[in-house]
Amino acid sequence: MDAVPALAVDPLLDDPGTRIIVCCGSGGVGKTTTAAALALRAAERGRRVVVLTIDPARRLAQSMGLTELDNVPRPVPGTATAAGGELFAMMLDMKRTFDEIVEAHADRARAEAILANPFYQSLSAGFAGTQEYMAMEKLGQLAARDAWDLIVVDTPPSRSALDFLDAPQRMGSFLDGRFLRLLMAPAKAGGRAGRKVMSLGVAGLGMVTGTLGKVLGAGLLRDVQTFVAAMDTMFGGFRARADATYRLLQAPGTAFLVVAAPERDALREAAYFVERLAADRMPLAGLVLNRVHGAAVPELSAERALAAAETLDAKKVAPPGMDDHRTGDADPEDGRRTPDPDIPPPDALAAGLLRVHAEGMRQLAREQRMRARFTAVHPEVPVAEVAALPGDVHDLTGLRAVGDLLAG
Amino acid sequence: MARRLHVVSGKGGTGKTTVAAALALALAEQGRRTLLIEVEGRQGIAQLFETEALPYEERRIAIGPGGGEVFALAIDAERALLDYLQMFYRLGSAGRALRRLGAVDFATTIAPGLRDVLLTGKACEAVRRRGADGRFVYDAVVMDAPPTGRVTRFLGVNSEVAGLARVGPIHHQAQAVMRVLRSPETAVHLVTLLEEMPVQETADGIAELRAAELPVGATVVNMVRPPVLAAVPDAYGDDPARLHALAATLADAGLPDAARTAAPLLAQGRAYAHRLVLEAERRAELARHGIPLHELPLLADGIDIAGLYRLARLLRDQEW
Repeated sequence: MDAVPALAVDPLLDDPGTRIIVCCGSGGVGKTTTAAALALRAAERGRRVVVLTIDPARRLAQSMGLTELDNVPRPVPGTATAAGGELFAMMLDMKRTFDEIVEAHADRARAEAILANPFYQSLSAGFAGTQEYMAMEKLGQLAARDAWDLIVVDTPPSRSALDFLDAPQRMGSFLDGRFLRLLMAPAKAGGRAGRKVMSLGVAGLGMVTGTLGKVLGAGLLRDVQTFVAAMDTMFGGFRARADATYRLLQAPGTAFLVVAAPERDALREAAYFVERLAADRMPLAGLVLNRVHGAAVPELSAERALAAAETLDAKKVAPPGMDDHRTGDADPEDGRRTPDPDIPPPDALAAGLLRVHAEGMRQLAREQRMRARFTAVHPEVPVAEVAALPGDVHDLTGLRAVGDLLAG
Repeated sequence: MARRLHVVSGKGGTGKTTVAAALALALAEQGRRTLLIEVEGRQGIAQLFETEALPYEERRIAIGPGGGEVFALAIDAERALLDYLQMFYRLGSAGRALRRLGAVDFATTIAPGLRDVLLTGKACEAVRRRGADGRFVYDAVVMDAPPTGRVTRFLGVNSEVAGLARVGPIHHQAQAVMRVLRSPETAVHLVTLLEEMPVQETADGIAELRAAELPVGATVVNMVRPPVLAAVPDAYGDDPARLHALAATLADAGLPDAARTAAPLLAQGRAYAHRLVLEAERRAELARHGIPLHELPLLADGIDIAGLYRLARLLRDQEW
C-alpha cells in the first residue's frame, strides 16, 4: 500500500493544460463538495474557473450564491481574487438546457411546436437519463464559450456512475437507428407509411407500427411522431454535439477524478469507473478518497485499548458489601472533596475514551482493508485522501478546508 | 391490511440495498414467501447474498430466519418490455422485429420514463399475482428502489404516463399500477444515516412522497453505533490537575506513555461526544415526521450473510 502514488492536486489545478476536471463516483461520496472545493482552490490560485454542479445541498448552494436555478454561471461572492483568478458557479437546469438546444437548432415555428409537445414536456422535465444528456450538453456549451481556463464538472447521481459517459453515444446510436426513421415515417409520408416501412425489407413492420399505435394509444404515438419529426432537423446538430462532447472528454486537457469513500460499495463503483475510463481511453487523474478517518494515537491498538478499558471496569466493581455503605446518606469518603455528580471520576471517563479509541482503530482497519482491495487491483491510480470532517461543508471556509486536505 | 409492497429508498451510501434485503428476509416468516426486486441493474443483491449474478427470473436465494422463502429478481428493462408486450398482445415475430429495429433500446434507454414504467409495472404485477389456488404467490414484495432524490418521480411515472397516453392499454395499465402504489398495501421506507445530508434528504423525500399521495412507511436509521462514551465534561479541558489524574488512571490501567497520550485521547473523546450530540439532534428531527423510526446497528465486520440475518432478526421485531 505504501507504493500507491499520491495525487498531486495543486499541480493538476495550476497546469494551464488542464481545461476540464470531471468528478465522478457513486452517490453519497461527496462529489459535489469535492468539485466545489477544487474549483474554489483553482480560482484562488489564479485561474478563471467555472463549476457546474448538478444537485448541491441547499446550504452549500446558497453560500456559493446559487439561489436560483437559472442555468447561467454566476460569480461566487467571497472568492479571494488576489492571485488574479475568478470563480463562477452554476446549477444545471435540465429543462432549460434542453429548451435552449431546441431554440438554438430549430426555426422559431418549429421550436414552438416542439416546446409545446406533451411528449417533449415530460421528457425534458427530467425522467431518468435526461440529466446525463443535459450535463454533458452543458459541459460542451461551457467549453465552446471558451470563457474560462478551467471547467469543473460534478456528475449526476445516476443509478450507475457510468451513465453520463454512455449518454452521448446512446444518443448517437439511437439517431442512427432505423427505429427513428420508422417513427418518423408516418408523419413524413402520411398514409404511405406502411408501404415505405415495408420497403425497408423487414418482416412484420406493418404489424409493429400497428402494435405501437395500439400499445401507446393513438394520441401518444401521434405526439411522439410529431415530436420526432419536429426534432428531425436538429438531430444532426444533436448528434454532432454529442460526438464532440465525447471527444472533449477524451482530450488531453480533460482530467477525470474518481471520487469515493473508503466503503465497499463506493470503492467497487470506483474500480468499475477506473476500468471503464481506461476502456474508453478517457484520461484518469486519480482517486479522491473522502471521509478517511484517523486516530489520535495510531500506535495504540484497539485490542490494547479495550484490555485497558476492561482493567478499569474491573477496578470499578467494588468488593461485596461496599455498595451498601455507599447508598447511605452520609458521604462515605468523609473529609475528602465531595465528588461533583456531573463530573465522572477519571476511571469511567478513561474507560470511555479507550473504547472510543478502539472503535476508531477498528474503523481505520476496516477502511484500510477496503482501500487495499482497490489499490491491489489498481496500484497505478494516484490517490488523494481527505480526512473525515465533523460536519457537512456549507460555506467557502469549509470548501477551503477541504481544498487544503485535498492538496495534502 | 398488512402491507405487501415495501419500496425501500434512501440517499446513496446509506445502505438501502442491505436494508431491502434484510427486510425481505425479515418478512419471510414461517411458511411465507417474499420477493426481493432489484431495479437498478447493479447486481447488489447477488453480491449481498454471495451468489452469482441474478438472471431475469424469480429465483429462490435464501431461507428467512423464520423459515420462509426469499426469492429475488433483478429486473431487466428490455426483457420486462417484451414481457409487457407479450402480456397484452402475445407478440411473437413482431417482438423480435422491434428488438432488431432498436425499438427496445429506444423504449428502455432513450425514451425516458418508459424504463421506470416497466420496472414499477413488473413489481406491481408480482404483488398482484395469484397462484392456481387463488392465493397471492408472494406474501410480500420488497423493492430496492432508486435513491430518495428520484424515488417520487420513479413511482409517480405511471400517473404521468396515464396523462400522456390518454387511452389504450398503456393508459389502463399505468392507472392500475398507480392504484397499487397509492393503496394502503404499499409503503415507501426511507433509509438514512444520522448525518446532515441524508437527514435533510429524508425530510425532502417524505414531503415529496406525501405531495404525490404515495404512502410513506418508516424511516430506517442505518449503521447506528451504540454509544461507548456519553459525554466529556468541560472540566477536563482546562484543568491540568484533572488531565494529570486521567493520565495516571490510564497508566494504572496498563497504558504505556499515558502522560503523552491522555490529551489526544481526550480530544478524540470530545469530538466523539460532540458527534453524539449532533446525532441526537438529527434523531429528534427524524422523529418529528410522525412516521415510525427503526434503527439498525453498524456491523463492525461489514455486511456478510451472517450480518444480513442479524439485521433481519432486528427488523422482524418491528411493525412493518
